[in-house]
Amino acid sequence: MTRSTKIFKYVGKRLLQGIPIILAIVIINFFLLNLAEGDAVDVLAGEAGSATPEYMAQLRKKFGLDQPLPVQLMVYLKNVLSLDLGYSFRHDMPVNELIFDRFAATGLLMTSTIILAVGFGILLGLLAAMRLNTWKDAVITVFALITYATPLFWVGLMMIVVFSLNLGWFPTSGMTNIAAFYEGWDYVVDVSRHLVLPTITLSLFYLALYTRMMRASMLEQYGQDYVVTARAKGLTERRITYVHVLRNALLPVVTMAGVQVGALIGGSVIVESVFAWPGLGMLAFESLFARDLNLLLGIFLLSSMLVVVVNLIVDIIYCFLDPRIEVN
Amino acid sequence: MENFWSRYKRNHAAVFGLFVVALIIVMAITASFLYPEDPFRLVGKPLSKPLTNGFLLGSDSLGRDVASGIVHGAKTSLLIGFVATLVSVFIGIFFGAFAGYFGGLIDDILMRVTEIFQTIPSFIFAILLVAIMKPSMSSIVIAIAVVSWPGVARLVRGEFLAVKNREFVQACHTLGMSDLRIMLWEILPNCLSPIIVVGSLMVATAILIESGLAFLGLGDPNIMSWGFLIGAGRTMLRSAWWVCTFPGVAILITVLAINLIGEGLNDALNPRLKERQ
Repeated sequence: MTRSTKIFKYVGKRLLQGIPIILAIVIINFFLLNLAEGDAVDVLAGEAGSATPEYMAQLRKKFGLDQPLPVQLMVYLKNVLSLDLGYSFRHDMPVNELIFDRFAATGLLMTSTIILAVGFGILLGLLAAMRLNTWKDAVITVFALITYATPLFWVGLMMIVVFSLNLGWFPTSGMTNIAAFYEGWDYVVDVSRHLVLPTITLSLFYLALYTRMMRASMLEQYGQDYVVTARAKGLTERRITYVHVLRNALLPVVTMAGVQVGALIGGSVIVESVFAWPGLGMLAFESLFARDLNLLLGIFLLSSMLVVVVNLIVDIIYCFLDPRIEVN
Repeated sequence: MENFWSRYKRNHAAVFGLFVVALIIVMAITASFLYPEDPFRLVGKPLSKPLTNGFLLGSDSLGRDVASGIVHGAKTSLLIGFVATLVSVFIGIFFGAFAGYFGGLIDDILMRVTEIFQTIPSFIFAILLVAIMKPSMSSIVIAIAVVSWPGVARLVRGEFLAVKNREFVQACHTLGMSDLRIMLWEILPNCLSPIIVVGSLMVATAILIESGLAFLGLGDPNIMSWGFLIGAGRTMLRSAWWVCTFPGVAILITVLAINLIGEGLNDALNPRLKERQ
């Protein structure tokens, strides 16, 4: 069998492995929905102000809420598969439309965060590994220790105090200047200015994480036999570091970037609510206040699926990057 | 034990961490003596700067004492951190021990469940659980425990796999000991050191999750906590920076100190690991 068909089969197999996980997450979602006090009819009745018990029973029948649980579960599964995540009575809109409206903002924030964290993490880790046990290494280690211990929301608030309120360099919140109605290039500049503080806040933790990983990964690679061979061949230390060690040291960092996506989504709830960034995290925060459980569950379901998909993509990238990976 | 302490104190940062955590524990225990008033009570002029109007760390927009909130909040953070970690270590040991000891189908099923819980974005899951159960001490502890056990389960499973075929375990089988007794009294004590190290780091993470939940308004409404203080102060950020700043410093110091202890425990309990590096 050729390598490409092997990879093709592997991808298919991994896709199949993802299905039971997604199914399990949908089922957990369904049970959480049932665990909560009151159902959609209670919410509707509450919104309407008054409703007779007969009317509520009629509504339950209409929505299928009088059916036994397994039947309701099948209906729920069918709805989720057809991308119907229920209705948000607060926003008076279907949940999936609300989510898709906000998805772009979160995607932008997460992409810029990953680029910043992975990019600088690799750079700093490389620096620390090359200047092992010097003051530069020590500073990077202390920075990582402190960053691990700092709550995200507090970093965000302190950023606002220093860079927005005192220095006035960046706006405090939002994604655009609402009063300005920028277009074209001005709009891009405006959004980027709003993007700076949330991105730095969200990326700090991962920056520290990737720095430490990259440092450890580089040190591990330096101990390998091929480095001894390269030295014996008479290659310069520069060439050994940048051409041989660096490429091999990158692999575990790439995997880690995929594993961390779930945590990144959790972090974006906090960062978006601090900076009023109009993405999914902000939507989750708003739905908490509005007690809009349908919407919260929809966001939860979608973010879980996102993690499954990203992990799959990272796995596939990984087996292209490293030909040694067994794909069967 | 003496041996353990002599190895632990070689890591000076870890000794410092222990000292800081001891101080915070004393602060939490003596909270009611230091600040006998309810921290939610309005005790003076609103938005007083630090060191004015008798406020060490200032007051918030309603005239509540920030210093009192921090001292009383220490109780909440430490208690939730420790209890949530205990519960999740317990769940993790249960899953990991059965999966590692019995292997086969049981292992497959338990590890699949663990994998699912590891895939779910943990912070959003915690938010959802607290929102559904209504915010209270116990719902917060449950939520943190439910999202943090998978790591322990994987660790314990690995340790059980490594130990279960050793001679002393085979000897126990020959003596006719029950599986449960072998698991609890023979294998588990051999896996305790990595569990203790991971557990100590989990306390730090639990405190961070708790503060995040409280910041989003999902704290127990009757109990003062650091996250709540920051969440309540954020609207006054422009005029009263101190309300948000000091509780955050408290979280930072506590979590940092616990992480340092975790590293010290790692050095002391796994000495061979240290020498290899």
